[in-house]
This record gives sequence, C-alpha cells and structure tokens, in this order.
Amino acid sequence: MRRRTLSATAAALVALLGLAACGESTLEAGDDLDSSKLTIYSAQHKNLTEEWGKEFQEKTGIEVQVRYGNDSSMGSQIVQEGASSPADVFLTENSPAMTTVERAGLLAPVDASTLAQVGPGYAPSSKDWVGIAARSTVLVYNPSKISEQDLPSSLMDLADPKYAGQWGAAAGGADFQAIVSAVLATEGEEKTAAWLDALKKNAKVYQNNIATMKAVNAGQSAMGVIYHYYWYRDQALNKSGSGNTKLHYFKNEDPGAFVSLSGGAVLKSSTKQADAQKFLAFVTSQQGQQALGTTASKEYAVGRDAASDPALPPLDTLEAPQIDPFTLNGPEVISLMTKAGLL
Amino acid sequence: MSTTAPVTTPTPTPGSASTASPRRRRPGGGSPGLRLGAVLVALVCLLPLAVVALKAFEAGPSEVAALLLRPRVGELMRNTLALVALTGTLATVLGVGAAWLVERTSLPLAGLWRVLFVAPLAIPAFVNSFAWSTVLPGLEGLGGAVLVTTLSYFPFVFLPVAAMLRSADPGLEEAARALGLGPWRTAAKVGLAQVRPALLGGVLLVALHLLSEFGALEMLRFPTFTTAILDQFDVAFDSRSGSVLALVLVGLAVALLTVELLARGRTRYVRVGSGAARRPARARLGRATPLALLAVTALAVLAVGVPAWVTGTWLTRPEEALEPTVLWPALWSTVRLALVAALVTTLATLPAAWLLARRRTWFGVLVERVSYLASSVPGVVVALALITLSITWARSLYQTSAVLVLAYVVLFIPRAMVSTRAAVAAVPPELSDAARSLGDGPLRTFVRVQLPLMLRGTLAGSALVAIAVSTELTATLLLAPTGTQTLSTAFWEASASLDYAAAAPYAAALVLLSAPLTWLLLRSGPEEHTP
Repeated sequence: MRRRTLSATAAALVALLGLAACGESTLEAGDDLDSSKLTIYSAQHKNLTEEWGKEFQEKTGIEVQVRYGNDSSMGSQIVQEGASSPADVFLTENSPAMTTVERAGLLAPVDASTLAQVGPGYAPSSKDWVGIAARSTVLVYNPSKISEQDLPSSLMDLADPKYAGQWGAAAGGADFQAIVSAVLATEGEEKTAAWLDALKKNAKVYQNNIATMKAVNAGQSAMGVIYHYYWYRDQALNKSGSGNTKLHYFKNEDPGAFVSLSGGAVLKSSTKQADAQKFLAFVTSQQGQQALGTTASKEYAVGRDAASDPALPPLDTLEAPQIDPFTLNGPEVISLMTKAGLL
Repeated sequence: MSTTAPVTTPTPTPGSASTASPRRRRPGGGSPGLRLGAVLVALVCLLPLAVVALKAFEAGPSEVAALLLRPRVGELMRNTLALVALTGTLATVLGVGAAWLVERTSLPLAGLWRVLFVAPLAIPAFVNSFAWSTVLPGLEGLGGAVLVTTLSYFPFVFLPVAAMLRSADPGLEEAARALGLGPWRTAAKVGLAQVRPALLGGVLLVALHLLSEFGALEMLRFPTFTTAILDQFDVAFDSRSGSVLALVLVGLAVALLTVELLARGRTRYVRVGSGAARRPARARLGRATPLALLAVTALAVLAVGVPAWVTGTWLTRPEEALEPTVLWPALWSTVRLALVAALVTTLATLPAAWLLARRRTWFGVLVERVSYLASSVPGVVVALALITLSITWARSLYQTSAVLVLAYVVLFIPRAMVSTRAAVAAVPPELSDAARSLGDGPLRTFVRVQLPLMLRGTLAGSALVAIAVSTELTATLLLAPTGTQTLSTAFWEASASLDYAAAAPYAAALVLLSAPLTWLLLRSGPEEHTP
C-alpha cells in the first residue's frame, strides 16, 4: 500500500516536472526575456502600459514584452546595464529618472515627427525623450478631520508644527521624490532640507499614494500629499478609498501645484530602433493619448490634438510653478532625503 | 525569505555505530567527485555573502562609515532589535505555553489544537498582515508588527517544543520528584532543561524570519533593515548603500546564530540506553480546564481564525469576481518555479548528505554548516547579490529564471538537507555492498538499491522546498524574469494598492498551496503521536 502511494507520488512528480519543462517553451508566463520582441521597461501604470502594448501590437503587428518597475530603480538599472541593456523603450511616471538615463548618454534622439505630436514644452531641448502624460500634485484631506479654512496655503506650510501628526506621504516612492525635486527647484537646498526634516518628524510615511489616500479616507491622517489621478480614479469607480475626502489644489505657482511630466524614450543600445521609435510615435499619437481616457488612468494627455478626461480641471487652470522638468535633479533629492533619514 | 517552513529542525544524527565504525570507505562514500560536489554547493551558497561584502567595501572604509553611522541606521537597528526581542519573547511564551497545554495536560481535543497551532505556518506573514490591516485599519508600527509576526511565527517555537515534550523521557522528572523537588521546581529544573535545545532552535528561527520579513512589515509601516534595503533598491537599484545595509543584516544573522550556539552550551542532552518507554504523565487541569480552553481558543482565533475569515470574506464579495487570466499564469509560474527549484535543491543536498551520512568528518560538517549560514541570510541580500553578480559578470544569466532558481536553492537548502540526510542515513550500506558484490555497477546500485530507499525522504524535503518557494516574496520581487509573476508577487502588487478584491484569489491560492505544509510538519516530528 505504502509502496504504491510512493510510486504514484513519484510518477506524479516526474509528470509535473516534464510538464514544467515543456512549459518552458510553450507558455508565456514565466518565460525568460524573448529577444525577438520589443522590450519595454515601464515604470508607468500596468493597465495603461498594457493597453498601449496591446493597441500597438494590433496596429503594427510588432510584439512587445514589458518589465515593470519604479522610476528611480529602473533608471538606475538601465544605467547599470549600460550598453547591453535588454530594454528598447523606457517609460517613466516622472521626469527625474529619465534625466538620469539621459545624462548617462544612453538615449537615442526621438523622431522629429513624434516630437511634433506633443504640445510645446513637453520635450527637452536635447530631444532625447518625449512627454507621454502629465500629473498634478494635490493635497487630499478629510473634512471631518480638518476644515477647509485650516488647510495650509502652501506645501511648505506643512512643515509647521501645528500640522504635526496630521499629514502623510509616500516618501519612499518616485512620485513623491519628483515633488521634492520641485520643492528643491523652487525653494533651494536649505529650505528643502528643513522641510524634509519636518516631514521626517511630523508626517506618516505610507507605502504608496493609494495607501496615503485611503489612510486619509479612513481618518488615520487628516491630509496627504499625492498625485491627482489616484483620487479621480477612485471617484470614478466606487469611491471606496476616497468617499470621505476632498482635494485641495495649492495653485499660485506653489511647489505643491507641481505638474510632473511622464516620459518615453528609446535606448541608444536598442537593436530595434525603428520599432522602438514607432512605439513612441504611437504613444504620443491621438490614439495613444486616448488610451489615457479609455483605461480611466485619469492622467493628463500631452498630445497636441488629445483632450484630457473631462472630469479633470484643465491643466492650464492649475497655476503650476514654472519648473523646467528637464533639469529636475533626482540624485540630489535622494541624497537630501537620505540625510533627513527618510531613506 | 518571508516564508513559512522552518530552516532547521532537529537534525537527525547518523547512528553512532556508523560514526565509530572502523570499516573501510564505502564505494562512493567519500570519493573525490562527491567531495568536489559538496564543496561546489557550499561555495555557491557563500557567493552572495562574498558579493555583498565586496560591493559594500568597493568604495573604501570612509564611505562605508558614512553610510553606516547615520541616524537612520540607528533607527533601523532599534526597530529591528525591538521587533526581534518582543516577538521572540511573546512567541516563546505562547509557543511553550501552548505546547505544554497540548502535550502535558488534560486539555481536551489535544489533537485538534496541535493542528491549529501549526496551521499559521500555512499563511504567509504578508497575507496575515493584510488580513489584520483589514480588521484593524489603523494597525501599524511596532505594536502592529509584533502582533502580526507573533501570530505568524509562534508555531516555530510550538512545533519543536511540543515534539520534545511529547517524546521526553518522563524518568528524569520522576526522579526529580522522588528526590524531593516540588512540581514547579521540577518543571523549571528538569522540564525546561529538556526543552531548551528545541526552544532555542525555535526562537532562532523566529528571529531569522523577523530579520528577513519584508511584506508584513512594509504593510504595517514599520521600517527594518530588510524594508530599508528594498527602499534603497527602489531608489537606486543595485546600490552601494543597499549593500552596506545588507552587510549589517548579515552581521545580525551571524550574531543570532552565535548567540544560539553559545546559549545551547556544552550540556549533553542525549541519554544512554533507550529510556523509559512510557508517555509522560499529563497534569490534570481540573477546574482550570475552561480557562485553558478559553486561552487556546483565543490563540487559535487570532492566529488562524482572523486570516482565514478575512480571506473568505474577500472571496465571497459579489463584485469581486476571479480574474482567471491573471490567476492561472501566476499559479503556473509559481508551480513551475517551485518544482524546478525543489528538484535542483534536493540534488544539491545529495553530496554533503552522502558524505555526512557515511562518515561524520569535520569536512562534511563544515560544508553543511556553510550552506546553513548562507541560508540564514535574508532573501533580499541573496537577491541583491545575485543581481550584482549577473549584471557584472554573468550577463547571459541576467534576468533569467536560472538566477531566481539559484536564489531559491541558496535560501532553502537546509530544508531539503534535513530530509535528505535522514533519507541517506536510512540506506543500509550492507544492501549496497550486497548489490555491488553481486555484480551491479555503482550507477546500477544507485538506481536499483539506494534511490528507491531514499525516495520517500527526499520527496518530503523537496516538498518543503517547493512550499517555501511558492510563498517566497522578496527575492522573487527582485529577480523575477521580465513578464513573470508568481502568486506572491501578484498578491503583493494587488495588496500594495489595497485592492482587496484583486488580492483575495492569490491569498487563497497561497494558503491552499502551503496547507500541505502543516501536514508534513506534523508528520515529520521525531515521534508519531498517538491520540
């Protein structure tokens, strides 16, 4: 009896292993990188990247595969991979990571026709990458915890001890680090360092923007610094994470009104330059920019002829600070945040 | 290594007869091939440690000092040590208390409680943490971390202590009583001394798991070295500052191993002769029975009830339909990785196990201990090292599943080693000798005689590895090839956006996959229990 169970187990194991070996070549999930496909390193949202990949594949017949990650991590990863990076295209959520790769000299110039598809100011003068979407900084707050007139009038005011313990942010994430880079660009190093010290002392650090928003919704924090689209997306769904909250726009060219530019670029080392350029052309095209709406990503479109989601306040009413997104400094922000003990 | 199976369980020692045996070397017993194999495996296990150290010291001591001597590192150190101390203490109290109630008192339904107190091992800590965050949304910080990790990890203490209490020789305690010690002093002087090695081993496991825990602590907003290393990874990929933190973590793991070794001391725990072939007497709880029942029920509800109930409610919410298109590929990747890693890991244990089972030489012991040391290093360190290694020196392996499988082998080798050693030891050398003398070659002898005898034991070891792999989170997050998602990483992604609906099926699948672990662990105790 025991022997029989044993042989059966062994047979089952061998069969499964055999199956596993076969799967190596036939199944998509779990396969290693397929060098025949266009490889996209994406720090952008999964559903948006997937939609772009799917529509691009349908339109051009070019197969894509995506590796997901975070802005800063992937930017550094590409720099370390250097000339033999498996990536053909890099998509970010914010500009500092793209700037890191650009300064390492790893980007190929973007086709002029692609650059012509986005509005003015959505590509660096080097023309090494192109804006693909935009997002705005907001303060999400819970009116039952803090009334509208008590809200800070500037992002910098959050450092005031009277707000201690009342606000939170996802300080470990690239999104927040981009916001800090805006603070650095508008306020200078000294004020930024002081503001970060206050953040370390007074604020709760959450895992990401969604966790921040949901903590505000649940009343665990009165306010949170996030990007706008997390809130609009939840409002469009079932409001389960934002039903008790409101948004406050700092406007007034405050660093808290910072609009961050997501970027797309082709790697110089890519052996599929033409296909990679086609992908960027597609993402910035009218169809590609419409995907921002169809996937309910609620990010702002940057294409010339593309309209943003009508639920969003128009980009030009946000009174964003005049910051050159192409000079935002990732490494210095990280070093300041490390000094403040946030990393 | 945010996983659930114990890294070390009491290791079976080969019978003293074979150790002291003056017989000649067995065919293949210590052949150069075997030795080479064992050394290679040990070196591969040590590789991550070497790489992390090299990377950390690349820049010279002054930069290392600057990275180390800052307030943030102090904060991480305080958090990590506080967590280890508090959870270690609580797990000891709960584990020993529960084990004593179940094994040594008249507590009703002992068999049921025994299963329930091992069951938390089938629930990955990061799933448990997510479940608790749903029940108590404000749960966070040290308090939350201690609550969740204690409930997830106390079985590591319960399991060996219960096994020891079940099989301990009652003669010693009887002798103590006969010599005039009261029941409490007997328990303190004799009982505690008997369970000490099991208890120390269990607490060591809890502590090592705490050092490497990522998911549960990240969710509860409690930064430790492991979460900080992942923050560094998010910021700078494979960075020097990450490697410096990793080196501190390695130091902590080594310190824990040393403390355990010292605390274990030189006391002999063996007895000569077979001892009294009786079960230890059970203390009568009498009127304390309802109180004891209340206590064990409360523990079972907190440790098993809450996560099971929460996962169940997520699953049954109407709007939350399963998404098979995502679930199946993740399940399939997980099963494939688990099977391949289990096979490779078991094969990797064979040379050392063979050497040790035949002859307990310093060489064999060294090789075995080296692989144990490397495996007590948290998954994030191993993953970071393998990224450095593959991106710098082995680009053809970079981002392949081979590297991921290698990480699993390094991390989980001790789980297979324990079973493989027992299996190899169970093959009587006489049978192989007989086969050889009857004309079978070494290979034929292996296939016809040794392999069938070893199969059962090695399968159990492979199963332990497979289960550990299927719930591994940290190394998988860092090393998974492009496009690969496992159940843990898919769960992690969904839970990071607090999407209960999306996370539920993965949580359920993870629990189902690890459930056989409970059964395996209960069965692999030193003695089969009788109800």
